[in-house]
Amino acid sequence: MPRSRRPSILPSEITPPEVFFNRRQAIAAALAAGAVGLARAAEPGGPPATAGKLEYSRNPRYSTDETPNSYEDITSYNNFYELGTDKSDPKTNAHYLRPRPWNVTVDGEAEVKGTFTIEDILKPHPLEERVYRFRCVEAWSMVVPWVGFPLGDLLKRFKPTSRAKYVQLTTLKDTKQLPWQRYPILEWPYVEGLRMDEAMHPLTLMVTGVYGTVLPAQNGAPLRLIVPWKYGFKSVKSIVRISFVERQPVNTWNAATPREYGFYANVNPAVDHPRWSQAKERRIGAGFLARRIDTLPFNGYADDVAGLYKGMDLRRFF
Amino acid sequence: MNVDQRYRLVYKPLIFIASLGPIVWLFMGGFGVLGQSLGPDPIKLTLHTLGKTSLNFLMLTLMVTPVRYLAGWPHIVRIRRMLGLFAFCYALLHFLVYIVLDQELDFAGLGKDIVKRPYITVGFAALVILVPLAVTSTNGMMRRLGRRWQTLHRLVYVATVLGVVHYYWQVKRDVTEPLIYAAVLAVLLAYRIVRSRRRRAMATSKSGSATAPERT
Repeated sequence: MPRSRRPSILPSEITPPEVFFNRRQAIAAALAAGAVGLARAAEPGGPPATAGKLEYSRNPRYSTDETPNSYEDITSYNNFYELGTDKSDPKTNAHYLRPRPWNVTVDGEAEVKGTFTIEDILKPHPLEERVYRFRCVEAWSMVVPWVGFPLGDLLKRFKPTSRAKYVQLTTLKDTKQLPWQRYPILEWPYVEGLRMDEAMHPLTLMVTGVYGTVLPAQNGAPLRLIVPWKYGFKSVKSIVRISFVERQPVNTWNAATPREYGFYANVNPAVDHPRWSQAKERRIGAGFLARRIDTLPFNGYADDVAGLYKGMDLRRFF
Repeated sequence: MNVDQRYRLVYKPLIFIASLGPIVWLFMGGFGVLGQSLGPDPIKLTLHTLGKTSLNFLMLTLMVTPVRYLAGWPHIVRIRRMLGLFAFCYALLHFLVYIVLDQELDFAGLGKDIVKRPYITVGFAALVILVPLAVTSTNGMMRRLGRRWQTLHRLVYVATVLGVVHYYWQVKRDVTEPLIYAAVLAVLLAYRIVRSRRRRAMATSKSGSATAPERT
């Protein structure tokens, strides 16, 4: 090629020296993340090949080494009354919910407020996989490999003021996307809340995926909360609003049946539900003849979270 | 074939086989026959299926009398015992699955639950009531008890009401189905109340004055 025709290289196109010399590490990390995604996706009992893969890293510090439930179990046995009240309904009716476009409004006692696209919400946060136990108040449980990032990291971006004592999170209200909101099964939209220290705890997760792939509608796409030491109803799905508030929020199940569902909802084998015992739980997928297992205080996360409730009467604040 | 033979040789055998349907379905699901499955929580599904089936049979049992009189089929009474016994058997299986598979033979726990948890109290009471009804269901027992058999078997109303309440109190939130059962039961009981009032009115008018006042 004649000299004059040789393409010139812009300075911005030149690889910075630190990247150039650390290429091997960069490629290895990318491969590891992708490999992790591929590995989880390819597991037996894993997600279908068509599911959207996520890039994330594993977090063994906060993961249990119990075997996760199958993707099938996790995505076909759900309590998401807005999509039907049978356990199999949310998967059947998942097509009503459209996770994109999605906006999240942040308001209340914070310096940074406004309505953000889900892309803006998620962009700064590298994703981690956490294999958590999940315990429903109905006394069944699963082990789920969630993909997400700590809620605390998200909340810090909005600079909550000292008046923010609690965080309130709200589900979408739209009868076209969540048709069972037409029926007064519960008061809609679904509302949940956490004390600030619970929300900022490293275990509390904002979840966008499961089994290395994008979260399906029936599990609360595109953004849901997971608080592994509390009963599952605290882990609000399909979040559109995050509010920093001074007073303890009235969470939906507590409003519906205050005698049976409280605000704290910490997993506690010593405090029974008024109609059934919480001492044991049935592990989903364990089979017909499997024995029930003993429920652990704080769902086995006592070492990490018991300190939040020192001196608190857990029977009164259930 | 006369009516008697039709019931003995055709209707009753067919109803018997059909009544085994839920059990067959549960076994198929349990062993994965023909791609059937009991789902992620098989014990819960089994318990629920057995309980609802028992309630369904109780309702069917209570429908026999209205159908008998409204359709004019006196012989349909002959299938009522079979329906009632299936109701009892499904209720017993429901309880056995509960105590063996769900509660893992924790009889002490069961005792506590019967006392502490109202939905179990009424459920257990309903089952207990069905026992003497099942035991006295034979022809021999009917002869031995005479008029008292009829009185004893009125307890099926109590058992069915308790069964519906058990269902209503067991459900977490969506009470639609228990309420439907309650509505159907209310209609079936109302039918009997109206009918027994009319019969009493007719009885007094027959034995009493020539022009007895119309009872509403």
